[in-house]
Amino acid sequence: MKARIHVTLKNGVLDPQGKAIQHALSALGFGGVEDVRQGKYIELDLAETDPGKAQAAVEDMCKKLLSNTVIENYTIEIE
Amino acid sequence: MTPMKTAVVVFPASNCDRDMITALEKITGQKPHIIWHQDDDIPDVDMIALPGGFSFGDYLRCGAMAARSPVVRKVIEHADRGGHVIGVCNGFQVLTETGLLPGALMRNESLKFVCRDVHLKVENNDTPFTNAYEQGEVITIPVAHHDGNYFADPDTLTELEDEGRVVFRYVDKRGQAGANPNGSRNNIAGIINRRKNILGMMPHPERLIEDAQGGTDGLGFFKSMINALN
Repeated sequence: MKARIHVTLKNGVLDPQGKAIQHALSALGFGGVEDVRQGKYIELDLAETDPGKAQAAVEDMCKKLLSNTVIENYTIEIE
Repeated sequence: MTPMKTAVVVFPASNCDRDMITALEKITGQKPHIIWHQDDDIPDVDMIALPGGFSFGDYLRCGAMAARSPVVRKVIEHADRGGHVIGVCNGFQVLTETGLLPGALMRNESLKFVCRDVHLKVENNDTPFTNAYEQGEVITIPVAHHDGNYFADPDTLTELEDEGRVVFRYVDKRGQAGANPNGSRNNIAGIINRRKNILGMMPHPERLIEDAQGGTDGLGFFKSMINALN
């Protein structure tokens, strides 16, 4: 199975890289971009075939390593 | 009087380990134990130092990989037993990633790597790492980091402030706020845990321990440990 994980900064956590991207877009003439939040995308190939077990295992991975829950949120898609 | 026994952990891409080893040897009179990150056995020591650098290439997040390495499990056991631990720069990032210290170190607000001397105010000299300084003393110590922007949620910040656990704060040379090199919350440069045996800081005291380095303001940090632990 594949797990697709998005890790993003929590609301309220300043994202200086997002701000720099926003300024660069504006400098390129892309107006109307009101906010940019950047994050990480992680893809895992799993040997597990049971979606429920895969979801639980990836949740555990996100909590223990793939995200820092002090500053980040994560979302998981399993297929 | 038994001399203070120390150890320095070395991760792949640590790069301030030698400065730390030199500083500890100079201060304690004994060479620290040098521990490779894959070792899961730490000799009996009073204090373990996690040095600066870019452990594991800062992959995923600064300090994230190092925080999960076998040796750090032993560092956590050492700290749980009341043993002393310091984390400088990348070492501070590792300590927050393990959860031994609260909060997280994020990318500098300027997005730039900052490498220069900064002024720090000693906000609490009642710790094993600062007792040789005066309360409120302003010292000059270099920083060299890209991710030193300390973040914690408002409740954690209040707790740190109320409990006197903000040990070092960025100030200007007169000791006033307004000279923050990285955007850290509350101008925080270094914090300590509640039990006062684990300290993390972004600036590098090990880089200013003799006149040849341009100053000795870092010496008090190491002398404090000698006072506390010998």
